[in-house]
Amino acid sequence: MISCSSVSKRYPEGLEALKDVSFEIDAGEMVFISGHSGAGKSTLFRLLAAIERPTSGSIVINGQNLSALRKSAIPYLRRNFGLIFQDQKLLFDRSVLDNVLLPLAIVGLPAREAASRARAALDKVGLLEREKAHPIALSGGEQQRLAIARAVVNRPAILLADEPTANLDAESAAAILEIFRAFHQVGVTLVIATHDPQWMARFSPRVLRLERGRLLEGAA
Amino acid sequence: MKTFFAQHLAALRDALRRLLASPLNTLLSLLVIGIALALPSAGWLVLDNLRGITGSASGVQQVSIFMALDAGKKEVDEIETRLREARPGHWRFVPRDEALKRLQASEGMAEVIASLPKNPLPDAFIVEPEDTQPDSLERLAGTFSGWPKVAHVQLDSDWVKRFDAFLRIGKLSITLLAGLLAGALVAVTFNTIRLQVLAQATEIEVARLIGATDAFIRRPFHYFGALQGALGGLFAALLVSSAGLLLAAPVGELVALYGGNFVLRGLSPGNIAAMAAIGAALGWLGAQLSVSLHLHRIG
Repeated sequence: MISCSSVSKRYPEGLEALKDVSFEIDAGEMVFISGHSGAGKSTLFRLLAAIERPTSGSIVINGQNLSALRKSAIPYLRRNFGLIFQDQKLLFDRSVLDNVLLPLAIVGLPAREAASRARAALDKVGLLEREKAHPIALSGGEQQRLAIARAVVNRPAILLADEPTANLDAESAAAILEIFRAFHQVGVTLVIATHDPQWMARFSPRVLRLERGRLLEGAA
Repeated sequence: MKTFFAQHLAALRDALRRLLASPLNTLLSLLVIGIALALPSAGWLVLDNLRGITGSASGVQQVSIFMALDAGKKEVDEIETRLREARPGHWRFVPRDEALKRLQASEGMAEVIASLPKNPLPDAFIVEPEDTQPDSLERLAGTFSGWPKVAHVQLDSDWVKRFDAFLRIGKLSITLLAGLLAGALVAVTFNTIRLQVLAQATEIEVARLIGATDAFIRRPFHYFGALQGALGGLFAALLVSSAGLLLAAPVGELVALYGGNFVLRGLSPGNIAAMAAIGAALGWLGAQLSVSLHLHRIG
């Protein structure tokens, strides 16, 4: 489903964030990308989400080579993903429900169907009662759950998350873990960048360990 | 197809929401756009009305052929034959006696005429040409004056020509003015949209990250520009119509003093629709330019 071969990313300032990284992820797999901060986790996340392009090497997702993709095709590729950002990127000027409705508006779902789907997604993350609230009124854990609801409302086949439990207390982080586990059980491919040891203890998943831009283990 | 309509409807709703969200800004923009559109529209309307005057004057636009005083029946018949062949339009013969009688009927003239030893008026033909273009009238007059025993050909179109030249200058000035103000209108929309794009930078960035196409992101701005322009156009129509209503009574009085029956023409529904459409088109253009330029800078 996701295949990276000899991917390198060098930034204009000369920083080489990823060096010759190759790995495969099958459909329905749950894979963690671990490493210290600065190891290249976020860079890999941005490459997989087609936010940036690799300097060399190729990334193929769902049979589509990201490097060869025309710029106008990227929005359609992104609709296959649910993206969960480290800084969440919630819209603070609209309600919780409206935040979750945004991806559905983008694909042009009729209003009624969109509303019921958005409520279902909010229900899954336990935020249904807060649909009228504004994100600013939510706790850190709730904001993260809102970001997850927005990522999954389109029922993506792949969920990409960058540090989803950073800055969360243990209890909130555990709740997030449970949500991800539920998605994994229904067959969603999960790629989670994290340096939170809780995850490893909980799932004993396959881990891609990065260090200074090199993939040390988990390539298979 | 359903998706297409749903997306456009959503964009339109979004644009409306933004217009209503800051009523003061919207009102100021509408004022600027309205005035920018009202000025050339009013000028155009004035010209149109003036053209109406020449139009009604063209009903009596005529070429008078005055025969020499010594012209007899034979010469008159000759001219009549030639007119029949030339077919310049309607024409009629006014014998000198009839002309005198008519003049006598005019108030105050009877005594003057009675004091004259003999009829000073010549036989005349009054031609109302079908083609009232100044050039054609000129040509026609030239032809007539070459005919035998024609003493004088009077063209009543000299003032029409001057007037026409005046109208042409007026039209050109208004076109130039309209061009300038159209530029101003595009600039106003450009700036409004620029501020909106900057204010919504986060929203645009997020929408892009979760799969929004450029068209999706641009659409509400396009609708906003077009909607604001169309409303501005309607506002301009309101301004022009109000001015017309205020002017109607005094103009009517003035015209009545001259014994005319000219009625000030206002904007037709078609004109109003055209103003809204032009406003919408210019607004759309301003939005398009602004969005193209500023979306580049975001992500």
